[in-house]
Amino acid sequence: MDKFVVHTGMVMPLDRENVDTDAIIPKQFLKSIKRTGFGDNLFDEWRYLDHGEPGQDCATRPINPDFVLNQPRYRGASVLLARKNFGCGSSREHAPWALQQYGFRAVIAPSFADIFFNNCYKNGFLPIVLTEQQVDHLFNETLAFNGYQVTIDLEAQVVRTPDAREYAFEISGFRKYCMINGYDDIGLTLAHADKIKAFEAERLTKQPWLNHRLVG
Amino acid sequence: MITPQTLYEKLWNSHVVHLEDDGTAVLYIDRHFLNEVSSPQAFEGVRLAGRAVWRAQSAVGVSDHNVPTTGRREGISDPTSRLQVETLDENCDSNQILQFKMNDFRQGIEHVVGPEQGLSLPGMTIVCGDSHTSTHGAFGALAFGIGTSEVEHVLATQTLLQKQSKTMQIWVDGVLPTGCTAKDLVLAIIGKIGTAGGTGYAIEYAGPAIRALSMEGRMTLCNMTIEAGARAGMVAVDDTTIAYLQDLPYVPQGAAWDQALAYWRTMQSDVGARFDTVIEIDAAKVEPQVSWGTSPEMVTTIDGCVPDPRAETDPGRREAHTRALHYMGLEPNTPIKEILLDKIFIGSCTNSRIEDLRSAAGVVSRLGRKLAPNIKLALVVPGSGLVKAQAEREGLDKIFLNAGFEWRDAGCSMCMAMNADRLEPGERCASTSNRNFEGRQGAGGRTHLVSPAMAAAAAIEGHFVDIRKLS
Repeated sequence: MDKFVVHTGMVMPLDRENVDTDAIIPKQFLKSIKRTGFGDNLFDEWRYLDHGEPGQDCATRPINPDFVLNQPRYRGASVLLARKNFGCGSSREHAPWALQQYGFRAVIAPSFADIFFNNCYKNGFLPIVLTEQQVDHLFNETLAFNGYQVTIDLEAQVVRTPDAREYAFEISGFRKYCMINGYDDIGLTLAHADKIKAFEAERLTKQPWLNHRLVG
Repeated sequence: MITPQTLYEKLWNSHVVHLEDDGTAVLYIDRHFLNEVSSPQAFEGVRLAGRAVWRAQSAVGVSDHNVPTTGRREGISDPTSRLQVETLDENCDSNQILQFKMNDFRQGIEHVVGPEQGLSLPGMTIVCGDSHTSTHGAFGALAFGIGTSEVEHVLATQTLLQKQSKTMQIWVDGVLPTGCTAKDLVLAIIGKIGTAGGTGYAIEYAGPAIRALSMEGRMTLCNMTIEAGARAGMVAVDDTTIAYLQDLPYVPQGAAWDQALAYWRTMQSDVGARFDTVIEIDAAKVEPQVSWGTSPEMVTTIDGCVPDPRAETDPGRREAHTRALHYMGLEPNTPIKEILLDKIFIGSCTNSRIEDLRSAAGVVSRLGRKLAPNIKLALVVPGSGLVKAQAEREGLDKIFLNAGFEWRDAGCSMCMAMNADRLEPGERCASTSNRNFEGRQGAGGRTHLVSPAMAAAAAIEGHFVDIRKLS
């Protein structure tokens, strides 16, 4: 997993509430058995004027010039600014994959849906919760200044703005440790393998019906 | 004196293997359902890291999202869908994981197949790479959807890293009126608390109206809990739960059953247990629901009208409502009953069980007519091969077919349109599924969420009607 320590990047505003994971990456792209190749289809139905299918050359597709992602001033943005309940709906991890593979390293919003929020951390992609007022300020600044950038300092748990504001954000100690070091959760959990085995043995003894052999 | 615990706390505490200083728990997982969409990258991850599947016996595979609902014996024509289904078959075979393959007569939607096979039991932690895993909470289990990295984590460690949720009780008093179902109840709840109302919570549904629901109704309710933002919904174990479980194929038998029963009976919140939030609903006031927008919280009653965004004071909501009406092709203040439909979908992990099909067929039979001329297609997609067979034994297929509905094979179908069943741009559908997001049932498609009876009545009349007033 990519490490996340400090990131400075341009902000792209997506001014809609309740952006769902079907919008982030439509279902036809979920047929892939790979973890990569989703960036060109991020926000596919909003981003292109034609109907997207897997395997197309997206460079030749007609783009929707009104959609924020296609506006030249946001080319190269790496911090997505969003509204409340971002990432609601389906559990598809293809949503954070698509955001990350497009080039985003972090997403800032007043609130996130639980499963999406959890999925982000597994990929070194940082979801940051700020207050509605702070997010409003960032929207205003992003619209006012071309090439508006923020710095996200995960160690210090702050978002720094060009007008010298520092917005603190929360993250659990364990998640921060994994993000900063780029650690794989599974490796860390397997350090407790003996404890898991002991727990499992006791559980299957006390509740033997859970040990019922499943045969087709 | 032992502190009274909620059902969620009991489930949580009995599965914590290890606790980090910041409250992150290593949580043991008893049952892991696998589908073809969210699992291939997880199996590949396990392989690439040189790891093994920890406990293959806890896992059950079902292909459901991509499978065709017609002509299945000829295989899957879309090569990408076929590859996903074949990949799940290979991964299950090579790891000796129980699987219900596409042409197995028990195949169907994972959230229908698991419960009907007795694979979802009280007291379990149940996960799956699908947000509607909350369905299985109906059995007094802790069940929630996970992403692909977590699927890999469970395959490799039999655990997940989780933080304890806050607890919410939704207490539903009274009796649901005739013509109102668990679907109407859950849509009304989402309309009240919003799609983020349950974020960060595990929801327990309780009260007389919940006790009166069948297991299938409880599954519908728990299924759509994710649409209220909560990952897990649950209902305590009672006689209804036990009666449903008895004699299902994978449920323990004999002495093991008696032993399990004693434990399962404890799967309820203790008297005096405290919830972080309590919400009270009067079932008697629930009316048949119809969603009008592009989020499940955009819902009203059959007697209602499409709202006028100009009347909305919150700017975010006004913007969202305006956008939704534009997408849905609806004018403000249009009566719900005047909305004309193009297609009908009866199916999905929310509403494809036998009681749902009986309810829909009952309405079709009572109306005694064929599909309205404006209905281009009306699909009935049973939740599993067993549901389909049961419906055919009861003659429900004939009722649907005689009225002009199509009677299909089991799968997710037009709930999310990963197979060939979908809406064309601009088409409007009355659907018994769970999500009305933009493009969910096909790019440009317009979804109205309703109960099976409401969908069936709309198919015959061509527009929404109040099923309470059918003669």
